[in-house]
Amino acid sequence: MAGEGFVAPHIDYAGLAPLIALTVGFVVILMSGVFTTTKRWAPGLAVLTLAATAGLLLWKWDDDISLVTGALRVDDLAISISLIAVLSAFTTILLSVRERAADEAGHGEYYALLIGSVLGMVLLAEADNLVTFFVALETLSIPLYILCATNLRREGSLESGLKYLIVGSLGSATLLYGMAFIYGSTGSTDFTGIAHGIEAKGMLHDPLLLIGIALAAVGLAFKTSIAPFHQWTPDVYQGAPTPITSFMAVATKAAAFAVFIRFFVVALGPEVSDWQTGLAILAAISIVVGNVGALAQTSLKRLLGYSGVAQAGYMLGGLVVATEKGVSSLIFYLAIYLFMNLAAFAVIVARERETIFGDDIRGVRGLGAERPALAWPLTISMLALAGLPATAGFIGKLYLIEALVEGNYLWLAIFIVGGTMISLGYYLRVIAAMWMTSSEETASAGAQPIIAGASPEADPIDPEAGRRWYLVAPAILTAAITIFFGVIPQPLVEFATHAGASLF
Amino acid sequence: MINALLWVPLAFGVVGLFLPKKAVGWWATLGAVVTLVIGVIMAFEFENGAAGLQDTVHTMWISGLGVEYSLGIDGLNLFLVLLTAVLWIGGIAFAAFRQQDRPQLFFFLMLAAETATLGSFLSQDLLLFVLFFDLMLVPFYFLFGSWGVDRTAEGGPTAAQATLKMMIYTLIGSLLMLVGAIATAIVSAHGGHLNFSIEAIQKAGVPLSSQRWIFWFFAAAFLVKMPAFLVHGWMPDAYKAAPLPVLVVFSGVLAKVGAYGFLRVVLPLFPQATAQFQTVILLVALASILYGSVMAFTQTNVRLIAGYSSVAQLGFITAGIFALRADGSDGAILQMVNHGLVVAPLFIIVAILLERTGTEDLRSMGGMAMRAPVLAALFLIVALATLAMPGSANFIGEFYILNGLFDSKIVFACVAISGVAMSAYYALRLYIGTMHNRKPDGVASREISLRDGVILAPLVLCILGLALYPQLILHRADPSVQKSVAAVTEPSSSEEELAVSK
Repeated sequence: MAGEGFVAPHIDYAGLAPLIALTVGFVVILMSGVFTTTKRWAPGLAVLTLAATAGLLLWKWDDDISLVTGALRVDDLAISISLIAVLSAFTTILLSVRERAADEAGHGEYYALLIGSVLGMVLLAEADNLVTFFVALETLSIPLYILCATNLRREGSLESGLKYLIVGSLGSATLLYGMAFIYGSTGSTDFTGIAHGIEAKGMLHDPLLLIGIALAAVGLAFKTSIAPFHQWTPDVYQGAPTPITSFMAVATKAAAFAVFIRFFVVALGPEVSDWQTGLAILAAISIVVGNVGALAQTSLKRLLGYSGVAQAGYMLGGLVVATEKGVSSLIFYLAIYLFMNLAAFAVIVARERETIFGDDIRGVRGLGAERPALAWPLTISMLALAGLPATAGFIGKLYLIEALVEGNYLWLAIFIVGGTMISLGYYLRVIAAMWMTSSEETASAGAQPIIAGASPEADPIDPEAGRRWYLVAPAILTAAITIFFGVIPQPLVEFATHAGASLF
Repeated sequence: MINALLWVPLAFGVVGLFLPKKAVGWWATLGAVVTLVIGVIMAFEFENGAAGLQDTVHTMWISGLGVEYSLGIDGLNLFLVLLTAVLWIGGIAFAAFRQQDRPQLFFFLMLAAETATLGSFLSQDLLLFVLFFDLMLVPFYFLFGSWGVDRTAEGGPTAAQATLKMMIYTLIGSLLMLVGAIATAIVSAHGGHLNFSIEAIQKAGVPLSSQRWIFWFFAAAFLVKMPAFLVHGWMPDAYKAAPLPVLVVFSGVLAKVGAYGFLRVVLPLFPQATAQFQTVILLVALASILYGSVMAFTQTNVRLIAGYSSVAQLGFITAGIFALRADGSDGAILQMVNHGLVVAPLFIIVAILLERTGTEDLRSMGGMAMRAPVLAALFLIVALATLAMPGSANFIGEFYILNGLFDSKIVFACVAISGVAMSAYYALRLYIGTMHNRKPDGVASREISLRDGVILAPLVLCILGLALYPQLILHRADPSVQKSVAAVTEPSSSEEELAVSK
């Protein structure tokens, strides 16, 4: 062996850079937790980590590289979804300023877990084989289970964490079981290997494989909160600290959809005719269940939870058709979903700290006259979620429906339209509360906070919360972006088309 | 020019958000006047006798989705645009004379609504049309809900509830129309690049099998908007909830967008389906005429009398369009303008009466003419125009409509004539009930104030002007109408080829 020497395997550090940045950030923030002054710089470190990650991700834009012997793939789909997760985490940090949960759990731990979850999301968006897929999913989920329960003195928060842990584990187990079937029938863990296996063996309608696909779809449906696997969503959303809820609602959904797309389009692409109808039915159920469920909600977080179920149904439509346009429309929708939701959550956080109503719809009554800087963002967010024109929500629906009609799924398009009609019933109710009822009723209500398991001492009211820049700025900015992409959608459409094209 | 026409109202509205409370009403009125001036200039530049679009704008808006920002003006929309501009001045000025709660927001929403309405008239891209059509609702949702009248005292809904009902009703149609519009573009693209331009789709042709169902998606949106019989459920509550200055423009213009949509979109794009379903739509139109008229006889709330009379009038207009004769559609366009011009002063008068009497109930009104001869005279002109007195432009409009209908479906024409007779009854009932009879206690019979006269008189002058010279509209509308109707009556060669190739 003389002369040969030892050749180290080639490692593409450039491709791994975002993951490395996140890992380093995670460790540093966690370590910094031992110092008492962490409170001040943990959020700063987290922002720094995210900024570095975003920069490194943008640097890799337009590349298509395979890393770690095919375990990861850095392409525009992965990068676009990672950017959504990073942006969402950034807003979550802003919303977490002066959040009780961060105080109670310890700032080092709180922000480290958040970064850890983002790490899982970036990994998941890049996952290109079953093993990374699963590891990434757990990396994403485990910090979230803990984060949900960080509001230690609130019963609802603990319940939320526990519920999420149990249901999440069930989802993961189902998914893992499905993966085992798929590996067993195709003999490969690589996404492309699975596709080759299916084609080579002519496995269309193979029962073993079909069971595997069904179980994997169910597992992913748990993560993306698609009905009928959504039952945890409203409870967990309501109980978790609101900044964390916003992060779960947006980033988790985006990351889970990223792997949903990659797994089904790349690995199971040859089987498309087998899973298409099944997913279409799931989407339809989700649209109906989410929209009808949201109608009766009085808690805004629950309402957004159910609305998230419905919106996941709309988005799944983009995957159902399994065309380039469908995938692009899904990515477009995920991107605007980020802005639409964060605007609403920022306002909810502000009102939670400002009033005694928590996230109850009573908390936003008369907001239009009292705090226009909060009322406008929430209004725009609701209008956009309802898909009304001049907001990005309309373009998103247009994009999805166009993809569905082109892909011969007219009936699902009509389901989306029908769901949208029902959804007006609750989105407009929030708007009516803000603009069409007076806030006088607010003063006359009882003095006890109505958040489950809370006490006035544990949740002191900050009457100026509605004017704090770190809450108002994200609300206004995300709402402004929602309008911007509603009027000038071209840049975002190009971004999504680009990301969608990377798979085809 | 056409861009300015569309965006000037919104620009004024946005600036108005930052003005002091006292100034904003006049600023908004100025915005509406500027819009009208631009509209009038465009009308003067309008080339008479041409059927095609003029003053067009084409810019790619979302290339990935095939949506174009494309506007244009022709005989179909020219006068509806002017009507919009005129009535908005009326509504805004009327509101500016009075104290409004949160005026900056009120006038911003009014002007945003004007831009959205003008947008739906001017759009030449199917998707842009749908976008503006849906967008119109948003400002009105806020206007009705926030500045509207709660009817909880009389057992009715709150303004917010009534508005929600209206939103859901009208969006059911509009959202189906969105799916229909997308499907139209996709089937007409035949696998090629998507294009939503109405002209391009008309050239490419829509296969008959798709026409049949897409027709109904569009018809649903337009019929709800009018509203036609069976889908008018939102109208009574919404009309009772609406603030009156807003109702002036809402009733005067928005209903017309539905009728206009038939002429602009449905006839040219779905000609075979239109011919096939002509009778069904005519039946709906006749039912609207009869139902609207009968309800207008029996209602005692003056808002609802005007509201149901609109249902009847819109039924007439729809019947005119679906006569599928140039005469009928010419009359329909004239009648759309006429109806806007009579219904707007009607609601202004209702608002004035409400201030004087404190009630909207016809039974507790009366005797107003005693000391208010000018108001009574203005009202009389409006009422006579409503009942299509010979000599009024409404008479010409209805004559053209019936003429067209006689040529195509004589039975329907005979029934429709009864609508003309019935309109005399409800118009005079409204006039007599408010102006004549003995004056009840608590009714202040005062002359119309100068400020209201300034708003009302020009509108009445428009009515008189059109009565003298209805050709103003008929001449300019006719070539474009011929083109729309010809799409149905004389299938073009490309469509025949399409049918052959099937």
